[in-house]
Amino acid sequence: MLEFLLRIFGRDTTASKKVAKERLRLVLVHDRAGVSPHLLEALKNDLISVISEYLDIDTQGLEVTLSHENDSVALVANIPILRVKRTFKTGAETSVKA
Amino acid sequence: MGEVIVITSGKGGVGKTTTTANLGTGLASLGKKVVLVDTDIGLRNLDVVMGLENRIVYDLLDVVEGRCRLKQALIKDKRLENLYLLPANQTRDKTAVSRQQMVDLMAQLREEYEFVLIDCPAGIEMGFKNAIAGAEKALVVTTPEVAAVRDADRIIGLLEAAEMEAPRLIINRLRPDMVRKGDMMDIEDMLEILAIDLIGVVPEDEYIVISTNRGEPAVLDKHSRAGQAYRNIARRLTGEEVPFLNWDAGNGIMARLRRLIGLG
Repeated sequence: MLEFLLRIFGRDTTASKKVAKERLRLVLVHDRAGVSPHLLEALKNDLISVISEYLDIDTQGLEVTLSHENDSVALVANIPILRVKRTFKTGAETSVKA
Repeated sequence: MGEVIVITSGKGGVGKTTTTANLGTGLASLGKKVVLVDTDIGLRNLDVVMGLENRIVYDLLDVVEGRCRLKQALIKDKRLENLYLLPANQTRDKTAVSRQQMVDLMAQLREEYEFVLIDCPAGIEMGFKNAIAGAEKALVVTTPEVAAVRDADRIIGLLEAAEMEAPRLIINRLRPDMVRKGDMMDIEDMLEILAIDLIGVVPEDEYIVISTNRGEPAVLDKHSRAGQAYRNIARRLTGEEVPFLNWDAGNGIMARLRRLIGLG
């Protein structure tokens, strides 16, 4: 009922301008940073290969995005960990192996 | 020495040509000597918006390619003494003119006119680059839509890269009723996102359609709301301080009721 009244008086809680502003913000973060989806995809694949040396991760659930906060752009990676690898190799050993 | 101002937007259909026609007419009715330059080669429109399409003999390309003198190509407005139009060519494309030719042409025009307004084509390619080449100031036109604001942001970046003086924003086709309902981005939203100075807000106005049908800029009509907004912007271009119209305070019955119950 309150929702209905608010709508009549023009105070819709799900105002579409908020959606517009949020979408615009996100798209501009990418536009301004000049980061192509291709670059992000390549970065994501490299992250997977590096992190997989140490942790078992959910590669399907992995998200790499840019976010804009307080006039600065941050790279945000959301990486679900399945389990920590027991056979963790030290840096020296890996380099020998490589 | 006059000012050369380019009117640009990135996205098409947001009202660059209408804005150019109205601001030029507005400035001329303030007594300024004004020339409008249509740089949308291949898609000329400013002539029809101004209602001068039947008077074209020569065009911009004829001037830069030396087929006529600049004076011969300039069309005098029907209504105002001190207003002229340099139309675009309609048969060729944007590559027909070079940057240097544009720079030279604008330098020539500013000798004679107090305001040279350039109607820029949509896009960010050669036509855009040519249009901004000879300009010292820029007005960016946007509408309260995601796509238009996004393109405006891109254009602002390109203008900055071209070391143009800080561009100013015109928000066109604002609908105060939708803004009040929260269904359209408001002025602050857009200024916050684009981070540039505002020079004016033009409300959506059916009269623009009528005036375009007739080829008579709305700025000449006392009753047009958009015309009033354009008159204000023209005065601001001359350096006058004109307060912004208050679009938030509606005076409709719902707006009054809303205020009454403390929701406005």
